[in-house]
Amino acid sequence: MKKKLLSMALAAVMVLGLCACGGETTDETSTEGTETTSSAQGAAFKIGGTGPLTGTAAIYGIAAKNGAQIAVDEINALGGDIQFELRYEDDVHDAEKAVNAYNTLKDWGMQLSLGSVTSKPAEATSVENNADRIFALTPSASSQATIDGKDNVFQMCFMDPNQGAASAQYIAEQSLGTKIAIIWKNDDVYSKGIHDTFVDEAGTRGLEIVSDTTFADGNDTDFSVQLADAQSKGADLVFLPMYYQPASLILSQAKGMGYAPKWFGVDGMDGILTMEGFDATLAEGVMLLTPFNADAEDEKTQAFVAKYEEQFGETPNQFAADAYDCVYAYYQALTNAQATPDMDAATLCDLMIQQFTSMTFDGLTGTGMTWDATGAVSKSPKGMVIQNGAYVGLD
Amino acid sequence: MKQSLKWNRSKTTRNNFITYGVVILAYIILQIMIGTDSITSTMEGLLVPICAYVVMALSLNLTVGVLGELSLGHAGFMSVGAFTGVTAAVALGRNVTSGPVLLIVGMIVGACFAALVGFLIGIPVLRLKGDYLAIVTLAFGEIIKGIFNNLYVGVDGSGLHISILSDTTNLAADGDLVIGGPMGLSGIPRESTFTAGVILILVTLIVIFHLVNSRAGRAIMAVRDNRIAAESIGINVTKYKLMAFTVSAALAGAAGTLFAMNYTTLVANKFDFNTSILILVFVVLGGLGNMLGSIIAAAALTILPEALRQFSDYRMLVYAIVLILVMLATNNDTFKAFLGRLKPGAKKKKEAV
Repeated sequence: MKKKLLSMALAAVMVLGLCACGGETTDETSTEGTETTSSAQGAAFKIGGTGPLTGTAAIYGIAAKNGAQIAVDEINALGGDIQFELRYEDDVHDAEKAVNAYNTLKDWGMQLSLGSVTSKPAEATSVENNADRIFALTPSASSQATIDGKDNVFQMCFMDPNQGAASAQYIAEQSLGTKIAIIWKNDDVYSKGIHDTFVDEAGTRGLEIVSDTTFADGNDTDFSVQLADAQSKGADLVFLPMYYQPASLILSQAKGMGYAPKWFGVDGMDGILTMEGFDATLAEGVMLLTPFNADAEDEKTQAFVAKYEEQFGETPNQFAADAYDCVYAYYQALTNAQATPDMDAATLCDLMIQQFTSMTFDGLTGTGMTWDATGAVSKSPKGMVIQNGAYVGLD
Repeated sequence: MKQSLKWNRSKTTRNNFITYGVVILAYIILQIMIGTDSITSTMEGLLVPICAYVVMALSLNLTVGVLGELSLGHAGFMSVGAFTGVTAAVALGRNVTSGPVLLIVGMIVGACFAALVGFLIGIPVLRLKGDYLAIVTLAFGEIIKGIFNNLYVGVDGSGLHISILSDTTNLAADGDLVIGGPMGLSGIPRESTFTAGVILILVTLIVIFHLVNSRAGRAIMAVRDNRIAAESIGINVTKYKLMAFTVSAALAGAAGTLFAMNYTTLVANKFDFNTSILILVFVVLGGLGNMLGSIIAAAALTILPEALRQFSDYRMLVYAIVLILVMLATNNDTFKAFLGRLKPGAKKKKEAV
C-alpha cells in the first residue's frame, strides 16, 4: 500500500518534472538569449552542435566546442552584421543521447547546426537535420553514412575511406615501411572503415601486411598479444587506425616489451599529446595524417594556436581547427548569401546548400576547399610526425 | 484465510487497473500536448525510448521481482530483438510499404527470436542460483554483443545473406546491408511511434498481469519464495522458471525492435552491461514486483538526464546524486511512515518484496 502511495508520489514528481522540463526550456532560451547576445547588438544566428563533452571521447567534443567558440568570439568582436550564438550539448558519443541533445538544441531555436563531432552520433543526428531542414556542417564526423543521401549535411573533414587509402598511399610513396602490422578496433565504425580501405590500397601498392590483429570494447587495455604478433612477424611499421586512448596504451606497452617499430596513426590519434597522464615521450616519432598542424608557419594558424593556448591552456588539435573552420565557413557563406538572423532554419538551409556547393573556402585545415553536392569536402591531408612533444610537418 | 485471499485478489485487480489507468491517462495527456504543440522537441523525442525502456523494466521485473532471479544480461535480449526485428522489417520492406505492418512484424519476429534465445539460455542458466546466475547472464549479454559485432547480414532480391567475421555477403547491386558488424544496424526504417509504444506497454502489462495472477504465476512465486517447499508439493521448478524467463526475454525483444526502429542507426555496443544495469536500476527503484513503480521509474530516469542538461558537465554527477537520494528516501522508514500517514487506513503492506 505504502509502495503504491510512493509510486503515486513519484508519479507526481515526474509530472511536475515534465512540466518543469517544458517550462524550463523556454525560460532558458530567453535568459540565455539575453545573456549571450549582450555582446552582439540585436539578433544573432544560433549555431548548435552535439559532441562528447564527457566520457571516453570527450577530448574531441571539448576541442571542437572550444575551437568553435574562439571563431564565434572573433566574429562577434568584429561587430559586423553577422553575429553568432553558439551552444554545444553533450552526447557522450552515443547515437541515442545525440538525438536527445539535438532535440534540446532544436527547442533552443538552432538555425544552423554543427552536426555531431563523432561519426556514429552524427549518422543519427544528420537524419534529423535532413528531416527538419536544418543545415549541418560537421567538423569531424567522417563516416560516409553521415552525408549519404542528405542534401543538407556537409563535412569539414575528409571521409574515413579516404583516410585509409591516403595513409597507405603515403606510406608507399615515402617508403616508410615494407612489412606492416595493423592493430584495429573491430567494433568501431571509424577504425574498421579506415582498416578496410587501407588493406585494399596497400594491396594495390605492394605493401605487405604481415600482421592484422584486432581488439574490441571491453578488452582494450592489454595489447601484449597483438604487439607480440607484430613483433614476431618482423613488422617494421605498425598502423594504428584508432582513437588516441587505446593508442596510448599500445605505445607504452610496446615500450615495455622493447618493441620499437615506426608508428603510423590517423586523425583519431590527434589528441594523444594532450591526454592526461600520458607520457608524451612515448609518442616520439609517431607519424599521423591530419589536415591540421599547430606548428604551421602561417599567420592564421599561429594566431589561432596562441589564442587557444591562452584560453584553454593546451595546444589545439585537428578537431578544434575543424570546428573553427566550420564557423568561418558559415560566416563566409552567410555573408555571401546576405542572410539575416531573422530567417528561419529552412530558408537558411536552402541558401547554405547553394553557397556551399559553389564557394571556395580557405581555412586552417586546408586552402581552396570546395564541397560537392553530396556534402563531401575536397582537401588533402598532411603527414605529421611527433618530435619533442609537438607535431612537425613530414615532407 | 480464504476471505483474506479473496480480498487480496480484489486488491491486486484494483492495483492492476490503476496501472493500466496511469498508462492510458499519461498517453492521453501527452497526445493532447502533442496536438496543441505544447510539448518540447526534447520531450517528444524521448517518448519512444521511454516506452521501450518501460517495457524493458516491466519484463525484467518479471524475472527479478516475480521469479526472484537476478539477471544482469537483459540488454542482450533487447539486442537480439532489435537486430532480428529490424532485419525482418528491412527484408519485408522490399515488398511492403505500410509502416505499422513493418513495425508489428518486426516486433513479433524480434520477440520470437529473443524468446528462443531466452529459452535456450535458460535451460543451462536456470539451474544456477543467485550470484552464479547473475554472472552467467552477464556473460550472456557480452556474448550477444560480441556476436552482433561480428555478424554481417544483407538483404537483396535473392534473399538473406549472412556472414560472420568479415563481410562476404556479396549482395546484389540493389541489396541493403542491414547488419554491418561493428557498424551495427543501418538504414533502419523509422516506423516506431508513441502510440505503438504505448500499445506495447499495455500488451506487456496484460501479459505480465495475466501470467502473475494465473496458476502458473502462483507456481512461479512459490518457487521464488521457497524452492524446496515448492518442489515438495510437486511444482516443476525448471518449467516455471523457464516460462517466466522466456516470457521476459520475448517482451524485451519486442522492446528492442521498438527502440531500434526509432533510430536510423544503432550499434551492438549500445546494449552493453551498462544498459542492463540501467534497466535493473529502473526495477529496483520502482520496487521489485511493482509494475507501476517500474513504469514510473523507467520514465523518470530516462527524462532526468535530459532535464539536467543545464548542469552541463556535472550532469551525470547530479544524476547520480539524485539517484542516491531517491534510493535513500524510498528506503527510509520515517519517510515511508510519513507517506503511510498521508493515506488513512493504509493497511499493513502485503506485496512481496
